[in-house]
Amino acid sequence: MDGLDDLKAKYLTAVAGVTDEGALEGLRVAALGKKGEVSALMAGLGKMEPDQRKAAGAMLNVLKDEIDAALRAKKAGLADAALDARLREEWLDVTLPGRPRPRGTIHPVSQVMEELTAIFADMGFAVAEGPQVESDWYNFDALNIPPEHPARQEHDTFFMHRAEGDDRPPHVLRTHTSPVQIRAMTEQGAPIRVIAPGRVYRMDMDQTHTPMFHQVEGLAIDRDISMANLKWTLEEFCRAFFEVDKVELRFRASHFPFTEPSAEVDIRYSNVGGQLRIGEGDKWMEILGSGMVHPKVLAAAGVNPDEWQGFAFGMGIDRIAMLKYGIPDLRAFFESDLRWLRHYGFSALDMPDLAGGLSA
Amino acid sequence: MKFTLSWLKDHLETTASLEDILYALTDLGLEVEEVVNPVAKLAPFTLAKVLEATQHPDADRLRVCKVLTNEGEKQIVCGAPNARAGITVVLCKPGDYVPGIDVTLGVGKIRGVESHGMMASERELELSDEHNGIIELPTGEVGQKFTDWLAENRPAVCDPVIEVKITPNRPDALGVRGIARDLAARGLGKLKPLEVPAIAGGFASPVTVAIDESLKAKGCPHFAGRTIRGVTNGPSPDWLQARLKAIGLRPISVLVDITNYFTFGLNRPLHVFDVAKVQGGVLRIHPAQGGEEFLALDGKTYALRAGMMAISDADGVESLAGIMGGEHSGCTDKTTEVFLESAFWDPITIATTGRALKINSDARYRFERGVDPAFTLPGLDLATRMILDLCGGEASDLAVDGAAPDTTRVYKLNPARVSSLVGMEIPEAEQRQTLTALGFKLNGNQAVPPSWRPDVLGDADLVEEVARVASLTKLVGKPLRRMVPGVPRPILTPLQIRERAARRTIAALGYNECVTYSFIDEAAAALFGGGSDAVRVENPISSEMTHLRPDLLPGLLRAAARNQARGFMDLALAEIGPAFHGGEPGEQHLQATGLLVGASAARDPHGSRRPVDVFDVKADVEAVLAALGAPAKVQISRKVAGWFHPGRSGAIGLGPNVMASFGEVHPKVLAEMGVKGPAMAFTVLVAAVPQPKVKTPTRPALAISDLQAVDRDFAFVVDKGVEVLTAVNAAQGTDKALIESVRVFDQFTGDKAEAQMGAGKKSIALTVRLQPTDKTLTEADIEAVSKKVIEKVTKATGGTLRG
Repeated sequence: MDGLDDLKAKYLTAVAGVTDEGALEGLRVAALGKKGEVSALMAGLGKMEPDQRKAAGAMLNVLKDEIDAALRAKKAGLADAALDARLREEWLDVTLPGRPRPRGTIHPVSQVMEELTAIFADMGFAVAEGPQVESDWYNFDALNIPPEHPARQEHDTFFMHRAEGDDRPPHVLRTHTSPVQIRAMTEQGAPIRVIAPGRVYRMDMDQTHTPMFHQVEGLAIDRDISMANLKWTLEEFCRAFFEVDKVELRFRASHFPFTEPSAEVDIRYSNVGGQLRIGEGDKWMEILGSGMVHPKVLAAAGVNPDEWQGFAFGMGIDRIAMLKYGIPDLRAFFESDLRWLRHYGFSALDMPDLAGGLSA
Repeated sequence: MKFTLSWLKDHLETTASLEDILYALTDLGLEVEEVVNPVAKLAPFTLAKVLEATQHPDADRLRVCKVLTNEGEKQIVCGAPNARAGITVVLCKPGDYVPGIDVTLGVGKIRGVESHGMMASERELELSDEHNGIIELPTGEVGQKFTDWLAENRPAVCDPVIEVKITPNRPDALGVRGIARDLAARGLGKLKPLEVPAIAGGFASPVTVAIDESLKAKGCPHFAGRTIRGVTNGPSPDWLQARLKAIGLRPISVLVDITNYFTFGLNRPLHVFDVAKVQGGVLRIHPAQGGEEFLALDGKTYALRAGMMAISDADGVESLAGIMGGEHSGCTDKTTEVFLESAFWDPITIATTGRALKINSDARYRFERGVDPAFTLPGLDLATRMILDLCGGEASDLAVDGAAPDTTRVYKLNPARVSSLVGMEIPEAEQRQTLTALGFKLNGNQAVPPSWRPDVLGDADLVEEVARVASLTKLVGKPLRRMVPGVPRPILTPLQIRERAARRTIAALGYNECVTYSFIDEAAAALFGGGSDAVRVENPISSEMTHLRPDLLPGLLRAAARNQARGFMDLALAEIGPAFHGGEPGEQHLQATGLLVGASAARDPHGSRRPVDVFDVKADVEAVLAALGAPAKVQISRKVAGWFHPGRSGAIGLGPNVMASFGEVHPKVLAEMGVKGPAMAFTVLVAAVPQPKVKTPTRPALAISDLQAVDRDFAFVVDKGVEVLTAVNAAQGTDKALIESVRVFDQFTGDKAEAQMGAGKKSIALTVRLQPTDKTLTEADIEAVSKKVIEKVTKATGGTLRG
């Protein structure tokens, strides 16, 4: 077989020079199509002697494969070039904004309430609730604050209107979450462990006070719960809540009608360049009031004070939220300024849990 | 309660430092609020000596002094007549702040002569009003700090003023002596004895006293006094004036100042009557008739109400018992004969009267918290002695009615209970010592509280006293063991879980959660079905907070208006919280409310911006309901509250149980609330969503078919008032086994639609998905179902299949 090298050179040169798929197909047909030059040579094999045919067949197959490979490579190259050209045309300005997705937020008070719940749930505290319009019995009397007690005057109470002819003492907007203690103990008896977060109301409005704010009450009653248990519980709470390695609390004797002994609790902190750091430094800040539940309060809730004892505490939720997250102004909590809500709010999926860290 | 350190030391023998005393006070429960060191402002000043004083070349009255200071010799120009060589003076240097003239000194030039500081007068240092010349000290070394010199030579002016917060249970600490007693019990010194003098009466008191029988049992059990004649009233001695001034009281006259001194020193309020002005010789303690007018010492006239306690002479009311004396019989500089009153008043009666008349006085403050009933006579004798000492005169016999009430009571001291309740080991001996130091009488395990501690009312109070004196600071935390061992159980109630789910879902849908006040103004409350007297706050703090909110929407609308005023027009606000349907405890319910205002998004290249509409909030309310586990199949009624657009709102319910409502806010309501619309809102009544009946985490088995589902589309022409849900329900009901779902995929309404299909018509298009379960559907099967769907829908809607 002569001329195969020429044939090969002819087609490989032609393939290399092709610039579009149509011409390439024409070459394929001319070489390898049914009537193509290579096919024609293949067809001539049948007339040959067996020895000759074997040698010529092998050479023709090599030639066919070489041309085919060149055609395929060229085809892929042309397709890539065409795609590249198309993609170049499909350029978009990706610095344009994405389609808007609304981004909602959770209010810091709600977030902190869930944080509190996560911590206390781990210590076995359930969440109790009570009405915000309260009878004066639950808000005061049952908590060992009889009608003429000077402590009543210090509560700056909001009273509800009383219709003429209704001689009951006016209801109040609860001044603290402590009445929930009475309701929870009356319903569940002892032993009991609950926290009661919620809105409370005092007639006070200035730089640092709002007529509505949030408190969390804690109550643990059992046969042998002591003030030392209270201290541990609060230490653990503060350590977990403020997400620091250690906290230091100081109990200071005080007075609340519903606890005895009573203590105000201070936490150690430092103020470095306006930034508060809990657990270090040499300053003390009062963060809550607490004590051992007064026997009269237990009795008012139907729990026998000779058998049961335990602690209670009350803490400002807004206040600890301000401390933890560095929120400067209490009044802004209730103003619903969109800028504030976005800045201090939390994402919907940012659900506090102990495994991942509360604010992680 | 304010007092000075030296006043405290009148009662407490101590070597403790001020710092230790302050720490102990706070730790004992007598929280220190402020300590003012009156000479702190004098700290920069030092002593100096005038070496030479020569006439100023250009001013007759000025002298140029050469002064020896701790920084060498300085030249100071001075105008004081007593500036002369040899005297020791108080030097203020350039850079020092001089409080009495409110000036920070610089190097000055006075009539051409340089002056490096000044030599101060007493007034310039706010030590007294003396300004006739500069201070000349009889002692002292050059360079010595002036405050050190004062501490050594004039301790009275250096007396620190301490202010402590007294909790309502501790009336005894409203006297300096009570505070001293606490400190002594803590071990900071010894309580000095208080010796009560025996007063020998020289004559019968010309003024006698009589308690009305009706008051003897409760209002005024004990009233005592005595006349002192031949007294000279006038300004108090300096030490007494200084004490009163230090704690913020204005010295008046020695007689009045003595009563104040006893009020603050011993918690024993007293009153002095000018005998010359008491008519009839008898002071009567009686309940007011009502209507009596009384000019009190504060210069105001009060009208007494029936039952209030008064002290009257023959002419009328002379004193509002235990609260404030009267102007008429008050003592003046001319008083020569005085009746000194010491009485015990019932705390509740005093509190009630004081509150009714809005009089706050030091006497009321103490009597309503409780003064020592056993100290009425000793207090009288001590004060008599002081009047005799300071004003001269002669004391009469006692005039007295009633007797000190017996407050003796006994509680059991159980030393083990202290450990059990406090969790602190305090030896029994220490417990006993503490109680004894506080004035308790111990007899075995029986403890009798002192008469000045009305707050001690049970065994637990003994524990408190012991623990507080031992110091709660020493308390060491002990782990609280778990109630149930092992992994903690879930603790939230189903409603609490729902509240969270609602809140998180709403935030995930893009709403910003707000917390707004529970009270709103009456007009807004009335717009939302509230504002009645039952939910009215009797003493609102402002006119914008007069009523409990009947609904969360008004608060959110007000918030939207505030944000719009700041330029934020597109809002998605939400609140999850209580609304109040009545004024009784428990008449509140949990709402989850969302409000969309303005456009769905900011302007952008994708054309995302469009006005919010009803179907935005409908999608949101459905998402919230789904998150709360509400069933998928619900009814939508048009019975919706009046603050919604009547044609563009609906209520989602199950039978008569309404779970939620949604819609466009009524334009009138928007206008009243000052919000620029459009505004869409939804409210979910969280508790109204039924709890699932099945309570197991196991899911039902998944039923899926391998057989091909078939979708068939239908379009119907119906009257435009026909609700599409009617058609969907009809289609769905055709074959409940075969029809998996029915979806609305198009609607064609408006002028073009009516032009095509006739006036008052619209077209709706449904896609019905058929899911066979046992065999593949044949064309005939599909035809048969389709025919039935058409029949059912046209029958239910009165429409026709669109050709």
